[in-house]
Formats: sequence, structure tokens, C-alpha cells
Amino acid sequence: MAEINLRLMKKNQSGVIKAVKVSGELGRRIREMGLVPGTEITIQGRAPLYDPVAMRVMGGTLTLRNNEADHIVVEISEEG
Amino acid sequence: MKQHITMALAGNPNAGKTTLFNELTGARQHVGNYPGITVDYKIGRFSYEGQEIVITDLPGTYSLTAYSVEEIVSRDFLTTNRPDVVINIVDASNLERNLYLTTQFLEMGVPLIIALNMIDVAKDRGIEVRYEKLAELLGVQIVPIIARSGEGTKELIKQALEVAHSEKIWCPKDISYGDDLDEVLMELVSIITDSSFLITTYPPHYTAIKYLEHDDQILAMGQKADPLVTQKLEQMVASISDHLLKTMDVYPESMIADHRYGFIKSIVRQGVLSHKFDIDRLYASDKIDKVLTNRLIGPIVMLLILFGLYQFTFSWSELPVSLMGSFFGWLGGVVDATLPDGPAKSMLISGVIDGVGGVLGFVPLIMFMFFGIAILEDSGYLARVAFMMDRIFRIFGLHGSSVMPFIVSGGIAGGCAVPGVMATRTLRSPKERMATLLTVPFMNCGAKVPVLVLLIGAFFTDHQALYMFLFTMLAWLVALVVAKFLRTTVLKGEATPFVMELPPYRFPTLRGLLIHTWERTWQYIKKAGTVILGISIILWALMTYPGLPDSQSESFEAKRTVTRQSYPQPIRTELLTHNEEAGKLSPEAQQLREALTIIDQQESGAGLRYSIAGKIGTFLEPVSSLAGFDWRTNIALLGGFAAKEVIISTLGTAYSMGEVKVDVSDSLGERLVRDPHWNSVVAVAVLIFIMFYAPCFVTVVCIAKEAGSWKWAFFSMAFNTTFAFFAAVAVFQIGSMLG
Repeated sequence: MAEINLRLMKKNQSGVIKAVKVSGELGRRIREMGLVPGTEITIQGRAPLYDPVAMRVMGGTLTLRNNEADHIVVEISEEG
Repeated sequence: MKQHITMALAGNPNAGKTTLFNELTGARQHVGNYPGITVDYKIGRFSYEGQEIVITDLPGTYSLTAYSVEEIVSRDFLTTNRPDVVINIVDASNLERNLYLTTQFLEMGVPLIIALNMIDVAKDRGIEVRYEKLAELLGVQIVPIIARSGEGTKELIKQALEVAHSEKIWCPKDISYGDDLDEVLMELVSIITDSSFLITTYPPHYTAIKYLEHDDQILAMGQKADPLVTQKLEQMVASISDHLLKTMDVYPESMIADHRYGFIKSIVRQGVLSHKFDIDRLYASDKIDKVLTNRLIGPIVMLLILFGLYQFTFSWSELPVSLMGSFFGWLGGVVDATLPDGPAKSMLISGVIDGVGGVLGFVPLIMFMFFGIAILEDSGYLARVAFMMDRIFRIFGLHGSSVMPFIVSGGIAGGCAVPGVMATRTLRSPKERMATLLTVPFMNCGAKVPVLVLLIGAFFTDHQALYMFLFTMLAWLVALVVAKFLRTTVLKGEATPFVMELPPYRFPTLRGLLIHTWERTWQYIKKAGTVILGISIILWALMTYPGLPDSQSESFEAKRTVTRQSYPQPIRTELLTHNEEAGKLSPEAQQLREALTIIDQQESGAGLRYSIAGKIGTFLEPVSSLAGFDWRTNIALLGGFAAKEVIISTLGTAYSMGEVKVDVSDSLGERLVRDPHWNSVVAVAVLIFIMFYAPCFVTVVCIAKEAGSWKWAFFSMAFNTTFAFFAAVAVFQIGSMLG
């Protein structure tokens, strides 16, 4: 198990959110979409210019800009 | 029994809220605006077993914070209007996230019923929701429905009425936010209850939570209601915040959000939700996305789709637009034939019919455009466009969703800024939306294109295509750079978070598309129509009054008489009695008619110079000559404010006067080339000015409506004109210097 930044995750890699380190509007927007500690995510792909990132969360697809993903720490299994 | 029951419909975006609303109310709905802001709300009426029901469709939101107008509007509606029941529509195929909003209704304690929508989609995905169990755990009645087919909606209304008639008082549900917060919460609640703080608006429990969340709106309300209690509450919140930050490195608001999800997950895990397949299994929608958002193929497909939308809108609306044009032409003809000559007739034709015709002439275009956009929106593709384009647009302080308004306005030369401005509604971020709104008029709309074609054709005959392309690129460049400028000055502010949902692809329903299209079209007609009529009459008056002095009119009349006299009597009679159906005129009569037409044109040209607009044009000449514009060009540009199409016709009138020998066959372009005032540098300066100066007034009116205030409309006129003028001066001065 290792903790990495969401930005660094690769396509098709899965992990569980450990922490969301931002408050205020951005923090709330991230959380209200279900990106809270304990949620499992899988990277689905990235936009043509590598930003934003799209991921599967609880059966739906969410997108996030890279600089917003920076605030999210994800625990991934080593082999990923 | 109550006279009528009030219901509110709430839910996440993409949960099928609008579909359910349309299903319930059909055509019996109307759109309104909340005063001062641009969030629409819809009210519909229907009856169920003799009971009249008024239902309000609240904006789709994920939450009930004070961060966006939509959320504040929803919240305020619930607390001030106190609907008898709130129908919370929940997407069964995306249960957990949808329940987040539900928990906030529970915290508020509103009389609630859940419409569990899209149970068919969920079933296809192997998701089973045991809704009886969920209802029991949440303590809320749940009715499974399929909004698209209307299945279950009767039962939903029946049960919603039961809830409404029970007239329960608002009863907030206790959710645990962790030991630390629960403890403080109880203390806060007891203070709030003891001092009756804000209790007419919110239940004490809810106020307490909002204080912990540091909700700006409620803090401000509290400050106004009772500063002493507020101070006490804020102190307590500050101390617990401090404690949480030190011990757990987390803010209370984050903790509350995390626990709301914790609450949802704990409920869902108690056998409510079961998945037949792997949760990350790829569905049809994801497979489509593999192609449509592919990093290489995606952009190409997107360009094709956008181009297709463009083609669809502008080529399919061509016929209705020209029909509309001929109808108003015919109407003008009828008025022309029936009314006696005079100012009333002139006003009716040039002011009223041309003005109203100008507005209604856009209607088919707008309908087609919005139909096309509605397809992209309802199918879920628009979100993908935003996803793919966001990186580029963000550089300029805009949002991925800005791309659509830009394209519509003339990103591919030939659009129209009116639907472009209205299309900015798909943007959910206020600052980005405003910057888009203000810069889309820089695009080369269909009305500017003929002016471009005329001037490029006349002065750059050899490289027409190249210049057209360059001017289109220039429009993009200027629009984006100005957007960046606005976002770093008057619209300064952080980028709005892009946390966005890519909803599964869905087939739009025809009914939804039609309602969507009609709604926006009608709003346009209603709002734009009234103001535009007034402005159009003013512009007409400016270009008509005070008219030629009698001495000059007489001299033109004398000229006509002389010209007539120079032809033999039979020819004169032939022209007088001629009607179009009878066949061709003899060459001599034709010649006479042309000679008379020239005099008529010269007279109206002279009249234009005498008019107020002409005087303004002459008055502005010392300034405008810096950019190489003479007074005639000034009048045309002034007229261009009515509609950019007017520029050419006004230039035509203005340039028909004063020349001793004019050949009718001379086109305007040829006349301009021969005119000593004009050369290729002037042409470029004029083009630059026309591309970037004040938008036509239909667009200006739309900007005012969409931005929610006339301030921005005036800003747009002043800013664009100033910018365009300096750009034109720069081009003219530098160009003239280089020869």
C-alpha cells in the first residue's frame, strides 16, 4: 500500500481516497460529489491535453482539473 | 382540504428532474426569473383527483451551500415559501451521490418524499435498490418511478399528497457528525432554542449545522437578527474549529461532509444496494466515451459534430429565415401601398416593421440553434466537449463549456451572437460565464460577413480566402485575449472548480427537446421584442430627421424634371404606366428610370447628411479621421448598431451622393475603391472596427438580460467601441506610415 497524489495516478489505476486537503468552495465541491475519505476511485482517462482527468466514482464519472486533484491523497495497492 | 397544494421538485443535475417536471405538468408551465439574478425557475400546475397542485422546479444542485446562486435560491425558496411537500428526485443508478442532497433536506427537516428515478437504468446495470428498506432507514417515503415513461408518477403524486396533507411540522433528522461535533452541536442547539434565534426561518438544528459549516448567508442573517447570540455561537464554533484543526487537521465543514457520506454509506450497506456485476464494469456509455473522448479521435469527432451543428442551424434555418424576411418585405409593401406618404408611413415601415422584422427574423435561427444545443446537452455530449476543451480555455480564464457559445457566435465565420449569448446559460460558473458573454460578440457573425466580403473583395481581390481566414483567426485571438484581460481586471477571481459530472449518454426525448427549444425561443421573443422596437424607432428617427431643407428638396425635384424633359413624352408615359408584370421596358425608358433612381439616391444621401445621424457623423469626423473614417463611414457604423447588415445599405446611400457622374452599374465596392478617402489601409481599419465595436442592439439587449443588469450591456458597448477604435487607429496610423 502506498499513498500518492491523485494527479500522479495512471489510467485504469484504482485506489481509495485517504484525505481531501482543501476547504472552502473547492473543498466543498469536491466532497459533495462524493470524493471523501473512504471512496474508491478508478482513473478512466484524461482529456487530449492531459488535463482534466476523468474517473469512475461510485458508478458514475467525474472530472477534475489536475490542480484540483492535487488536494486529494489516494491509497493505491503497490502493483498498480 | 386546502385550496391547492404547493410542491417543490428538487434533485441533482442529470437526475431526470426536468423530465419528471414535464411529465407532470405538460404544457402547463411557465418560466420566471428570480429578481436580480439569472437563475430561472419553472412553475407548473396540474391536478390529481380534483386536487389542484402548483409545483416549482428548483434548480438542479448537488448540495445546499451558500456558494452558488442556484443553491441559495433553492434554500430560500424552501424556507420562505414553505412548500407543502418537497419531491426529491434521486437517480437510482447513482444512488450514493444523489442521497447527499437528500441528507441535507433531512437536516433541514422539510416534508419530504423521494422519487427514485431511473430504476430501469439501474436494473440494466445490475443494480438493485431495496427501496422499502431504504425508506425505513431514512424515515422517508420512497416511490420508484421511470420519469421518461411516466411509470410510477401517479403513485408518486398520490403519496406526495398524503405527505402534504399530513401537515407535519418541519422535523430535522439527527445525523452523527462524530463525537466532537455532536457535542458542540447540542450546545449550539440549546443556545439557539433558548434565544429563539432565527427559528421562524430555520429549525435550530439546521442553524447550528450551518454555523459549524461557516455558511456565509446564514451567518449574515444571524448577525442582523441578534449580534449577541451570533457572537456567542461564533466563539464556540471557532474554538471547536481550532480543536479539530490541531488534533485532526480538518475543518468542521469537511468533517460534516465526510460524515454525511458516512451516514449514506452506512445505510446503503445495510442491504439497500446490491450489485449483480462488478461496479466498474464498462457500460455502453463508457464504451462510447472510449471513442468520443479518446485523446486523438475525440477532438476530431468533436470538430465534426460542432461543424454539423453549425451546418444544421445555419443551412436549415435559411429557408424559414428568408420566408420571414419576405413576409416582412410583403408587409412593408402592403403598408407602402395602403398608407399615404408621410412620416407615419416611413416610421411604420423603416422603424416598426424593419425593427420587429429584425427581431423575429432571428427566431428560426434561434429555434434551430437551441434545438441542436438541446440535443447535445440532453444527450450528455456537451459535458464531454467541456471536458476536452477545458485546458485550452482555462488559459484565458474561461471554462471548457465556453466553446459552444463561441462557435455559435461565429467561431466559424457566419454565426450569430444572439443565440451565442443565450447559449452561455450552459455555463455554471458565474465569472467564466460573464467573460464568455462579453467576448462572444467579437466573433464574425453572419451579418458581419457580407461587410467583410465586400471590403475584402474590393481591396484584396487576389487573396480573398486568405484574408477571410485571417480575419476569422483574428476574431478568435481578440476574443480570447480580451476574455483573459477581463478575467484579470473587472472579472477577477479564482477559477470556479471544475468538479463536473460526465453523465451517461442518453437518448434525448423529443418532448424534452421541444419544450427546451420553445422555452428559450419564447423568452427571446418576449424579452428582446419590446426593447428593440423602441430602439429601432429611435434609430429610424435619427437617420430621418430633420430632413432636407425645402430649397434642397426643390432642387432635386427640379433635377428630376429636367431629366424627364430630356426624354420624349412616350418614354415618360411608358415609365409612369409601367407595371412589373407587363414585361420589359424599352431601353430608353430603362435609361430614364436609372437616371431617376440615381437622383433619388442622391437625395436620400443628402437627406442622410442632414439628419441627426449625419450631423453626428460629421461631428465625429475630426476624431474618426484618426482611424481614417470619413463622415459617411461614421453614419454607416452608427446604423450598424441597429444591425450589422445595415452598414452596407447605409454606406450605399451615403456614397451615392455628391458624385457628378455615377454609373448605376458601379457596385459599392467599386465606388469605394475609386473614392479618394479609401485605400487598403482604410479598409483594414474599417474592418477591424466593424469586427470589434459595440455589438448590435439585439445582442446588447440579450447581454443585459443574460447578465442580469444593463450595467454589463453598457459596459460591453463602451468597452468594445473604445477597444475597436484604438485598434483601428493603430492600424490606420501604422499602415499609413508604412505606406
